[in-house]
Amino acid sequence: MSTTNAHAGQSHEHGHGHDDHHGPARGLTRWIFTTNHKDIGTLYLVFALVMLFVGGAMAMIIRLELFQPGLQFVNPDFFNQMTTMHALIMIFGMIMPAFVGFANWMIPMMIGAPDMALPRLNNWSFWILPFAGTILLSTLFMPGGGPAGGWTLYPPLVLQAGNSFPFTIFAVHLLGMSSILGSINIIVTIMNMRAPGMTLLKMPLFVWTWLITAYLLIAAMPVLAGGVTMLLTDQFFGTTFFQAAGGGDPVLFQHIFWFFGHPEVYIIILPAFGIVSQIIPTFSRKPLFGYAAMVYATASIGFLSFIVWAHHMFTVGMPLAGEMFFMLSTMLIAIPTAVKVFNWTATMWRGSLSFETPMLFSLAFLFLFTIGGFSGLMLAIAPADFQYHDTYFVVAHFHYVLVPGALFAAIAGAYFWLPKWTGHMYDERLGKIHFWLSAISVNVTFFPQHFLGLAGMPRRIPDYATQFADWNMISSIGSFGFGLSQLMFAYIVVKTIRGGRKATAEVWDRPEGLEWTVPSPAPYHTFDEAPAVK
Amino acid sequence: MHRVASNARRRLRPGALLTSLPATLSALPAQAAWELNMTQGVTSTAQEAYDLHMLVLWICTIVGIGVFAVMIYAIVTFRKSKGAVPATFTHSTRAEVIWTVIPTLILVFLGYETAPALVRIDDTRNSEMTIKITGYQWKWQYEYVGSDYSFFSTLADASNAARQLGSGVDPETVDNYLLDVDNPLVVPAGVKIRYLITANDVLHSWWVPAFSVKRDAIPGYVNEGWFKVDKPGVYRGQCAELCGKDHGFMPIVVEALPKAEFEAWLAARKAPAATVAAN
Repeated sequence: MSTTNAHAGQSHEHGHGHDDHHGPARGLTRWIFTTNHKDIGTLYLVFALVMLFVGGAMAMIIRLELFQPGLQFVNPDFFNQMTTMHALIMIFGMIMPAFVGFANWMIPMMIGAPDMALPRLNNWSFWILPFAGTILLSTLFMPGGGPAGGWTLYPPLVLQAGNSFPFTIFAVHLLGMSSILGSINIIVTIMNMRAPGMTLLKMPLFVWTWLITAYLLIAAMPVLAGGVTMLLTDQFFGTTFFQAAGGGDPVLFQHIFWFFGHPEVYIIILPAFGIVSQIIPTFSRKPLFGYAAMVYATASIGFLSFIVWAHHMFTVGMPLAGEMFFMLSTMLIAIPTAVKVFNWTATMWRGSLSFETPMLFSLAFLFLFTIGGFSGLMLAIAPADFQYHDTYFVVAHFHYVLVPGALFAAIAGAYFWLPKWTGHMYDERLGKIHFWLSAISVNVTFFPQHFLGLAGMPRRIPDYATQFADWNMISSIGSFGFGLSQLMFAYIVVKTIRGGRKATAEVWDRPEGLEWTVPSPAPYHTFDEAPAVK
Repeated sequence: MHRVASNARRRLRPGALLTSLPATLSALPAQAAWELNMTQGVTSTAQEAYDLHMLVLWICTIVGIGVFAVMIYAIVTFRKSKGAVPATFTHSTRAEVIWTVIPTLILVFLGYETAPALVRIDDTRNSEMTIKITGYQWKWQYEYVGSDYSFFSTLADASNAARQLGSGVDPETVDNYLLDVDNPLVVPAGVKIRYLITANDVLHSWWVPAFSVKRDAIPGYVNEGWFKVDKPGVYRGQCAELCGKDHGFMPIVVEALPKAEFEAWLAARKAPAATVAAN
């Protein structure tokens, strides 16, 4: 017994002394062939950051055109291409890959695993993305331009698209495939690679939220793939799944799409919940309040997300019973969501708070996601939704959930773990400036959109009646500020990678979790031997 | 709210924004600009939508003030820089039960208030007349079912000229820019009107905020709904479902006339229309 232990210790030292096959390869091949979860995590995060600016540029074009009534810069068809592509890029190219990047980097380190369970699959999951993204973006340069029927791809309009149509569908297939493979990897890793003693209910909440997210992805993504494949066969192979003239049903697509689309909303927000649940306890210097309740709340949100989809479709003319069911089931989601907000607040209660940049972004998340939650509850009320539906009120709602919600959580996570990834502290002063610029401009951008929607401005229009001019101008000014502020984020990240004050292993003030037990920057291989879990 | 005389007000220039903001805000009630809230409309459905909207808005506001107050109190009070020492508690069953039960009760109350309204909105029985609405890329067709009269309604010429890319026309100078049509739908006021709605090509959605009517026009489907305009007047709306490049340019104008005037209008319109159709 003792001999075995001594031997294990020796081989451990040996590994550190001679880094022969353990270190990263040199040059470009390191990134192309890598099976290392940290490298792949970095690739995902860099890809997401690039896509943030690609999708952001499209948002800037949208807000520029909407700065004043009248058409000044783009024609309506290009405007529709921008709204469609902005959504597809931001959802599938930016926020989802960003959270998969966090999962890759952090899940093995949080559960004490040496790597992801399926490293080669991991490499492939990532490398599908740049090709899918390129195919999607290339449609903008095709005759007839990119997809312009909205990211929801509703037929029959989507079938009027030109050359871009099959490429868009193919890109969505690839993006979905990447997500499914990534999810399989995450589930297998969490289920099989936890260090001894890391029971399910000891896992950090970020791991829990990702476990549930991965199941949602596996359940929802194939449904989308099926739906868009039916679009493809309708267009090219003479089927009429969604064409009334052939006995099909355009509304069927909407049901299929939102059966994917609503879980997708939680696929985006649950990892954000996870990140915030790591950060708030750290900077409150107090354990997460109601850990078990948080896990159960996440699971119930995951379940409910599959039975509320038609609240996106209150105006399609559902039977009364359907409207009633989807209205009431949607309202239920407010309960686990409220529990989460209360638990985060209770975590801060009688804590010892400090306000480094990750905490600032998490607090903004807490306030502004709650506002998005409120408008979500409002949208659930079907008789009022007949007024809200497809207006800027909806645009304001989902941007509150996605930007100061999901994106702020991702930014918070980046600041939180950058020192662990790079070994350098980011510039706290610049981080705080970035925070305040972002937090103010995001509200200037999106809060007035509530007013525009209530006053009657439909979404997805390139031009509007003059009574909407004032709030649109304010919103555009805010969006330019928000866009510029994110350039600062890119600068801070690059600056931190290049240098900066050395980070300690713990980085923060006695943080909880295995990732803080390894040096900063985290060695290329961590937990070759399983750590002890108390 | 879609006011009729929207061009009567002054638009802010970017440079003048900051200086004129207080003055504009103080003049809020007098202007259609800076509109903040949902219209109360001119139908019982719109009033119900408004009332429910205000109810849930107030609930959210009160809950929000409570929750945000606690968060702000925690942020201000329990600061490390003030020497706060962290407590070690990790849960409290009593608190967790309380803050699960209270939202549940609020939601039960909301459901109780909302469900009957949904039933009333869905009830198309006892309507006196039926109008068929058909969405096209990018115009609406209205048919008075049973009186064999129908017509198309498209964006008014003045708006259409001004909205072209680089037209050089200031939208402020166009009456009801983008909310004006050549042939408005004319309906009798005070009459329960059932509408049937469908589309000929892609999805559209017929939305008049003052009626709180928003119903998708779906090819191959005929949806139905109803409205009863309490007050004669001109009401404006827009297509609310993305339908292609000119989705933003197929407005809806409904003119509600007193019943006798409406009947006279319909009789007068039917006579020449029959001639046109014969040609």
